[in-house]
Amino acid sequence: MANSNGGDARDHHATPMLDELETGPWPSFITGLKRLRDSSEKQYAPMVNDLLGQLEHSYENRLGYWKGGTVSVFGYGGGIIPRFSEVADKFPASKEFHTLRVQPPAGYHYTTDILRQMCDIWERHGSGLIAFHGQSGDIMFQGCSTENTQKAFDELNEIGFDLGGAGPALRTSMSCVGHARCEMSCYDEVKAHREVINEFLDEMHRPALPYKFKFKFSGCPNDCVNAIHRADFAVIGTWRDDMKVNQEEVKKYVAEVGRKYAIDHVVAMCPTRALSLNDDDTLDVDNKSCVRCMHCLNVMTKALSPGDDKGVSILIGGKRALKIGDLMGIMIKPFMKLETEEDYEELKEFAGEVIDFFAENALEHERIGETIDRIGLPTFLEALGVDPDPNMVKHPRTSCFVRTDDFTEEAEKWYARKGRKADDDATVAAE
Amino acid sequence: MSEAATQPRLPDEVGVPDPFQYMHPVMKKNYGNWDWHERPRPGVLRHVSKDGESIYTVRAGTQRQMDLFTIRKLCDIGDQFADGHVRFTTRSNIEFLVADPAKVDPLIEKLQAEGFPVGGTGNSISMISHTQGWLHCDIPGTDASGVVKSLMDQMYDDFIKEEMPNRVRITTSCCQINCGGQGDIAINVQYTKPPRINHDLVANVCERPAVVARCPVAAIRPAMVNGKPSLEVDEKKCICCGACYPPCPPMQINGDDSTKLAIWVGGKHSNARSKPTFHKLVMANLPNNPPRWPEVSEVVGKILKAYKDNAKDWERMGEWIERIGWPRFFELADLPFTKHHLDTWTGARHNMNMSAHVHF
Repeated sequence: MANSNGGDARDHHATPMLDELETGPWPSFITGLKRLRDSSEKQYAPMVNDLLGQLEHSYENRLGYWKGGTVSVFGYGGGIIPRFSEVADKFPASKEFHTLRVQPPAGYHYTTDILRQMCDIWERHGSGLIAFHGQSGDIMFQGCSTENTQKAFDELNEIGFDLGGAGPALRTSMSCVGHARCEMSCYDEVKAHREVINEFLDEMHRPALPYKFKFKFSGCPNDCVNAIHRADFAVIGTWRDDMKVNQEEVKKYVAEVGRKYAIDHVVAMCPTRALSLNDDDTLDVDNKSCVRCMHCLNVMTKALSPGDDKGVSILIGGKRALKIGDLMGIMIKPFMKLETEEDYEELKEFAGEVIDFFAENALEHERIGETIDRIGLPTFLEALGVDPDPNMVKHPRTSCFVRTDDFTEEAEKWYARKGRKADDDATVAAE
Repeated sequence: MSEAATQPRLPDEVGVPDPFQYMHPVMKKNYGNWDWHERPRPGVLRHVSKDGESIYTVRAGTQRQMDLFTIRKLCDIGDQFADGHVRFTTRSNIEFLVADPAKVDPLIEKLQAEGFPVGGTGNSISMISHTQGWLHCDIPGTDASGVVKSLMDQMYDDFIKEEMPNRVRITTSCCQINCGGQGDIAINVQYTKPPRINHDLVANVCERPAVVARCPVAAIRPAMVNGKPSLEVDEKKCICCGACYPPCPPMQINGDDSTKLAIWVGGKHSNARSKPTFHKLVMANLPNNPPRWPEVSEVVGKILKAYKDNAKDWERMGEWIERIGWPRFFELADLPFTKHHLDTWTGARHNMNMSAHVHF
């Protein structure tokens, strides 16, 4: 049975199953929880003792015992994940065990000082358990009583942190390390992440969308924050001009690993057969066939780099199974420059148009990828004023069930766009 | 009481915090100016800027659900042995940023001495990306941290070494919503029985039309049961996905024996070489067996061994299988192929082999 000060080992819940998770070389979350339980002078000790008791109860019965509810802080409609115990009669000290979802700094950078400040706040008001980070991208301050939720938030807010998203709302975003420490990075991820999300905070803090909406920002097609699968709006860095090749470094690499290895593992693994090893061990790149998959750049980090004409691709509609099955984002904007303030304004404007479209047209509990499937990509593009582009498809349609009586007018638009683009390119060249 | 004391504090909606105030000065100085990188040893990255400046990253595994003592210990290590600047990866590894190469080895030694495995870089098995489970979720079929702890104990050597053909990204999820996401290997709850409905509670707890609309196969319909408005499930249509359970907890999808674990392989987020892929079902009906889920560990071990022994350098799990073919995969991993591996969902036909290409 739990006691009021949590300090006496005789009053700790027995946890024979959880104890087995303290062996083995990987850091044990159970050992961590026990350290909290055993800090008898701390306010969280009884709560963590009962938490361990409930968790052991789950392990014994193979069932979960938390239910949701409604808990929020002043001014916000979301961001707190309420948890009430269904077995509070047995484990009263952890009957309320809410999570605060808190947005991390873009790129997940911290100083030890700010981490300590978070720990101090959570020592006063929470369970002492923090996850860096949840699958939503948030810092998860796990385990707070209803009474302490506002206090914990106020103090976290005082040190510059804000709640993330939950429910039918704009969700907390993620960006990769990018410009801060990666040569593959093709745009300023921190700027894009902060400018876009901070523009639409109202959609995060006061949930009013049909369902969740997620942005993720990856600096290159390696997509380290898993944007194409997991984001409704994926921003992926890329470049338009030729990749950079340092042929001396290519030669060094070939000399180091051997010609056969270089051919088998670089040239032959190129998905569009855009690479060839020359007789002098330099690399021949067919940049028009290259799809910026990143493989050869990942392998030969010294020899190969992205080009100079960098920007982003935007894919829309990624999500997991519910309700129509898994969807990945579809390429909607093959290329946008992201350098000047105007470029960022354009990104925010486009993001806003997509969110507005989603808010007005999605059914309840429908993700935007499902909306696109329901209405068809042409209707979606038309609503957003985006022109169709062959980069949007794996291949053109194979079904003849389509009405094409305005095909000629549509073709004229294509030629007109191509003409404009040729003029623009000529202007740029003349400058 | 004064008005000020009764008024709640107005929040400062700061949104996404500015990371530059926390970023290592060498990274801040060389922001957007990096040239190349190398991995001097497993768990260590060295990035070199166009101006020739270096930053070392030492990556260590954590339990993700960290107690204050663990976080403070990591902070102490960061202050004493590194430069006080850290970051976390998407997979909950902590990274210590160090400008002085002389600090790297002592930092590694200290981390190892304190029980934090150094690794997770390059062609290793990195930390499992996972969910909350019984510790905190309101709908979980299993625990998350416990499964992950068990598997990471088992795969420890492949976290601290770089001996896999390419990186291995594993995920776990404690319901079919799959918050853990796609993975080279994904260990996900798979329900096997339709929901058991507590008809006394449905009318008061559930918004019935929303629950009916939530079902992917239209198997739920309104019904009067014992004179009360409730819901009923056409169990012949029900695919046991559990989608009705979150909006309607009286439709209990979990059962101590009916909640099983399934294993999926070949998911990939990166665009490198092949396009991103979804993971595919390879094994189901494994028992939900805490505290260490040995049946899951055994299957994951077999798959990892087959991949490690047979894939070429740089081939991810799915790419390796694409090359050798599914018949050989099931043979090498010693797993059964059943009718349940044949997709029946929308677009299923596109997952069939519509060619004369056969692996013998």
